[in-house]
Amino acid sequence: MAPLVSDMVLVIIPAYNEEKKIGRVIRGLFEQGLEDIVVVDDGSTDQTAAQARKLGVKVLRHEINRGQGAALETGSAYARRIGADVVIHFDGDDQFNPEDIPKAISFMERKNLDVVFGSRFLDRRSQIPWLKRKIILPFSRWINFVFTGCLLSDAHNGFRIFSQKALKMIHITHDRMAHNTEIVRQVKKFHLRYEEFPVEVKYHTYGQGVGGGLMILKDLIIGLFTRLI
Amino acid sequence: MLPIQILLLAFFAIAIMKVFKRNYTGDLSLWAALFWVLFWVLGGLVVIQPDLTSSLAKLFGVGRGADVVVYLALAGLFFMVFRLMVKIEKLEREITKVVRDKTLK
Repeated sequence: MAPLVSDMVLVIIPAYNEEKKIGRVIRGLFEQGLEDIVVVDDGSTDQTAAQARKLGVKVLRHEINRGQGAALETGSAYARRIGADVVIHFDGDDQFNPEDIPKAISFMERKNLDVVFGSRFLDRRSQIPWLKRKIILPFSRWINFVFTGCLLSDAHNGFRIFSQKALKMIHITHDRMAHNTEIVRQVKKFHLRYEEFPVEVKYHTYGQGVGGGLMILKDLIIGLFTRLI
Repeated sequence: MLPIQILLLAFFAIAIMKVFKRNYTGDLSLWAALFWVLFWVLGGLVVIQPDLTSSLAKLFGVGRGADVVVYLALAGLFFMVFRLMVKIEKLEREITKVVRDKTLK
């Protein structure tokens, strides 16, 4: 395992009804030497919060479900408050491989980056369903490019690492899934140094389909007008 | 004057009174109030003088006056629905802020 040089590395896990998986995710992070973990339970109706508390991690609970973007921003607000040096976004559905984290942090420190975006397309470990690989994600990449000016190899990958500088500058306002695009847009806007890093994604469920993608597009367009109307 | 014209004019007059009332209580800004008053006055003019729509139709290159009214009404409805969606989004964000503040207390 690569050494974790930074003082406090905080992992933010947004979770909604993940009682069956959250324990495995947290134990995986422990195995990588990551002790500072905050689970943002986004109004789950199951035992997600209780399962996380059992393992001794910090749990923040939204009283009602507000969406993944909202949960991540709550985690970020907490991270700013406690003065975290590095923040990691890590999904609570056991899709990511925790072994990628130490390597990604080393990569970030070696390259002196502000932000690292995980990508499924930089190695061949992720078994991406055909429709996603060939149609949905390439299309989403270009939609992201239109809205952000950044053409990344992946779109809507929930694995990210932020430096303290990035954490202080980036504020998520999109409550649902459009936050992925919003984060990239803010990275570009604030001229933060970023690169992509290969991460593995395991598909237990299909995740965002075409309908989800259209919802994100709608949220992005509506979001553009929230300051005008 | 036809009964339908009297009915519509009465409805528009009530609408204008409501606009004044909402502006007076501070629920509607001056610009928004002016927009709505103008909207209902124009509606009243069309009711009194239906031929006005034919002139408008000619101006836009649409065949009939009734058609131009339908097109404008549709465009107006789309705009209002979109505006409502934006307002709902703003409300959602306010709710999130309240939920977050409570979570972090």
